[in-house]
Amino acid sequence: MDRRRFLVATAASAALVRPSLAQGGPVKISFFYPIAVGGAVTRLVDNLAKEFNRLNPDVEVTPVYAGTYQETLVKVVTAHKSGTPPALSCLLSTDMFTMIDDDAVIPIDGFVKTPADKAWLSSFFPAFMANSQTGGKTWGIPFQRSTIVLYWNKEAFREAGLDPEKAPANWDEHLAFAQKLTKRDASGNVTQWGTQIPSTGFPYWLLQALALQAGDVLANSAGNRTTFNAPGVAAGLQYWLDLGQKHKAHAPGIVEWGTTPKDFFERKTAMMWTTTGNLSNVRANAKFPFGVAMLPEQKRRGSPTGGGNLMISKKVSPEQQQAAFRFARWLTEPEIAAQWSIDTGYVAVSPAAYDTARMKSYAQEFPPALVARDQLEHATAELSTHENQRVTKALTDNVQAALSGSKTVQAALNDAQTEAERILRPYR
Amino acid sequence: MKKSHSDALIGWGLMAPAMLFLIAFTHWPAIASIIESVYSTPRARRPSSFVGLDNYEQILADPVFWQSFTNNLWFAVGTIPASIFLAILMALWVNDRIPGRTFARMAYFTPTVLPMIAVANIWLFFFTPQYGLLDQVMGLIGRPATNWLGTKDTALWAVIMVAVWKEAGFFMIFYLAALQGISPVLAEAASLEGASRWTFFRRVQFPLLMPTTLFVLINAVINAFRMVDHIIVMTRGGPDNATSLLLFYIYQVGFNFWDTAYAAALTVFMLVLLAGAAAIQYGWLERKVHYS
Amino acid sequence: MSSLHSPSPSLRPEERYDPFAPKGFGKFLESAGAILLGVLWILPLLFAIWAAFHAPEHTTRFTLNAPLTLENFVRAWHAAPFGRYFLNTILLVTMIFVCQVVLCTLAAYAFARFDFPGRGIAFALVLSQLMVMPDVLIVENYRTMSSIGLVDTLPGIALPYVASAFGIFLLRQTFRTVPRELDEAARIEGASALQVLLKVYVPLAKPIYVAYGLVSVSYHWNNFLWPLIITNSVEARPLTVGLQVFSASDQGVDWAIISAATLMTSAPLLIGFLLFQRQFVQSFMRAGIR
Repeated sequence: MDRRRFLVATAASAALVRPSLAQGGPVKISFFYPIAVGGAVTRLVDNLAKEFNRLNPDVEVTPVYAGTYQETLVKVVTAHKSGTPPALSCLLSTDMFTMIDDDAVIPIDGFVKTPADKAWLSSFFPAFMANSQTGGKTWGIPFQRSTIVLYWNKEAFREAGLDPEKAPANWDEHLAFAQKLTKRDASGNVTQWGTQIPSTGFPYWLLQALALQAGDVLANSAGNRTTFNAPGVAAGLQYWLDLGQKHKAHAPGIVEWGTTPKDFFERKTAMMWTTTGNLSNVRANAKFPFGVAMLPEQKRRGSPTGGGNLMISKKVSPEQQQAAFRFARWLTEPEIAAQWSIDTGYVAVSPAAYDTARMKSYAQEFPPALVARDQLEHATAELSTHENQRVTKALTDNVQAALSGSKTVQAALNDAQTEAERILRPYR
Repeated sequence: MKKSHSDALIGWGLMAPAMLFLIAFTHWPAIASIIESVYSTPRARRPSSFVGLDNYEQILADPVFWQSFTNNLWFAVGTIPASIFLAILMALWVNDRIPGRTFARMAYFTPTVLPMIAVANIWLFFFTPQYGLLDQVMGLIGRPATNWLGTKDTALWAVIMVAVWKEAGFFMIFYLAALQGISPVLAEAASLEGASRWTFFRRVQFPLLMPTTLFVLINAVINAFRMVDHIIVMTRGGPDNATSLLLFYIYQVGFNFWDTAYAAALTVFMLVLLAGAAAIQYGWLERKVHYS
Repeated sequence: MSSLHSPSPSLRPEERYDPFAPKGFGKFLESAGAILLGVLWILPLLFAIWAAFHAPEHTTRFTLNAPLTLENFVRAWHAAPFGRYFLNTILLVTMIFVCQVVLCTLAAYAFARFDFPGRGIAFALVLSQLMVMPDVLIVENYRTMSSIGLVDTLPGIALPYVASAFGIFLLRQTFRTVPRELDEAARIEGASALQVLLKVYVPLAKPIYVAYGLVSVSYHWNNFLWPLIITNSVEARPLTVGLQVFSASDQGVDWAIISAATLMTSAPLLIGFLLFQRQFVQSFMRAGIR
């Protein structure tokens, strides 16, 4: 424990309160969170905060919905720069380097003191910790985490003469199924596509899954070197492109992330690749039996993890940091994590959450809830680098260029790599 | 002499409060952008330093900037004439005593009172391939599905369409007001001389609408560089920057990449662009003021 | 040129003889065209109404007998503190409009009726804001707001807009049409400059204020980018930023709920417009904004 963090910890434990708190009122902290999962979640988060405030009268958490992940980051960094950040925020785990570079986040190691704390910190799935730790410190607490899974319409499978209970296991099967599932009307217009991999919003994330399956990663873990033009990445992008362009089993061009679930509900696509955070949404809105599976394999199985971590701001008082830590810790306790997972579809962050009674009975009633967890053993960290927004934009733009046919796969990836090199050079 | 002194004092006094705010939030930030743009962005571990014209060199070498710039020009070319033409047409129609004019007038104006941020989501539905409204209609006439927002060639036109929809009805109001201000005597005189309706419009109404057109034109030009709400909702500048406009790019650089110095340089570029447009139009406006 | 305009623009079209009014089939064609375009124009609104009152599975399928529901409104209302957002937006547009009226009236009066050194330059500075709107200067204005501690406050959203070049220009043009004799008569009776302004100029410019008010209120009711950047908390956020809850999420777009929220948040403006549309248009006409 270095000196500064030691001071923080002492200050917090000795309750060296500032004058404003001397009256003995609760420590007030705000919690910025994005809604990646539709409007209803604001109520879930509000209720969680209420519950926590009830159990901990000395702390008052105010949850603040801050928009999408992107906007939440904007808000948190802007607020940090103007000196009044929220004590706790839920940000994409990949924004870790951005937050560190801006000196906006404090590692949580300083708050982990008791053996129980230490046990808690080591209770998370290791796959989630990859995006939460760097340089020997832990910067984020896994909270709203996900992986990419494949959803399929069992009815469409049956109609196409496929076994409705069997998802494609590898790329070849996935392609063959998709071709069989693509339906055309008399005039040759497509009425149902075989599969759909969305390419707005987070195309780098989906490409990362394909690249992993083909045996390559996109960046090193220090976040200062990318390998966008590696052969596996090219193979992944080529496969993605070919699904639509060559094999006509996937809608051509750029496919909107936001309408993908709706496309699936409307039977415009028989399979879709999207976040496991969509599980509750699909369960509520799909008017047909559906299945959830791990993504198909090529050289190996693979999906990046995704979603948000809880981060504690640097520029707030030690008492607030301590309170934020307590809230974050409470949010990730097995019981709460299990309920959160049941309500949203996100992966519960620790194996212990899957051992709770409520999770067990839920999984029994709804086995797809376990798919994302089982995939974790094949998962790797999501693409995260210094100047993450810029680097991912370079990749996203070029992936879209390749998919819309304005650049070849290799040219697009080379361009993305060159741009990323330029951006990351100062960080080595 | 005495009077003009007190006049000057009162004049300054009356103007001062507005001037203060104008300078604080328009002129000062414009100058500050220029200053900011010759320094590097401060980072936690690297303080800001003087870099001269580096940021401007970066602009010249930045393909996304050039793309946003050309997109913005196309956006202007696509929205300004179309919305002005439609506004005039709407005003002419609504100005006549025809059945349905009350409905039409209301309908044309609704986009003005609907928030773009919300309506953009509805347009997103219109443009959705296959079951989106546009494709449902296209389907009826046997056309295949089109990925309007997901294809580089159509995405910009799709967002232009939304902008025209948003603007035309607002401009119509100004034209309507102007049309109703034209003396009916002129119409009588023209009809006595046997002019056709088209001739009357071209020779009498349209020239008389010139001041309105100038006013509307100024607004349309500004809007062409200011409307980005629907970009944020519908495309986020994609696919592959096909719909990235200058202000959106400034927002992205400034508030997503935190490269404030570069954002400042981009802002300066935009200011120069707007100042150029202003100079041209102000020249026109001046001449018009002379006439009246 | 102004002599070519009718002396009383408030003349109603019905009272006017128009030799070029379309007749017979031409009239039918024109009417059909106008209505068709009108239908196209309110299509987004129609769709919003459809989607808002039907369950999500009917959003994109237009079967007439689909059951109606208010569920979407309930969901939308609970998804965000809309009561607070409404309050914020109303406070915001009021604050902006009141400040604009005061500041612009004073400045316009100065430009219209007072001769003072630097007037030309000052007016050019004002006009320059017609082109360079605060919307473009988000980066620097953010810096200013954070240095004076107004980030995440309603005044923080409002301040960049309170001195409006459009307002000053509009009112100056109007004040210049007021006969000087009225002004001088009031002065001879001993009225101060401010009294003259309030007693003579402001009453005569009433329609302009109404027209300008409409433009200002509908613009700021719907303004998005700047409030998005400058606000962080529920206490300061206006409706438009609150509406963001519903777009672009991991789970994709839910048009039913977006539509309900859209209708809910724009209802005051929409209803206001429907009720007063004749007055709206007429105040624009009287304002002579042309």
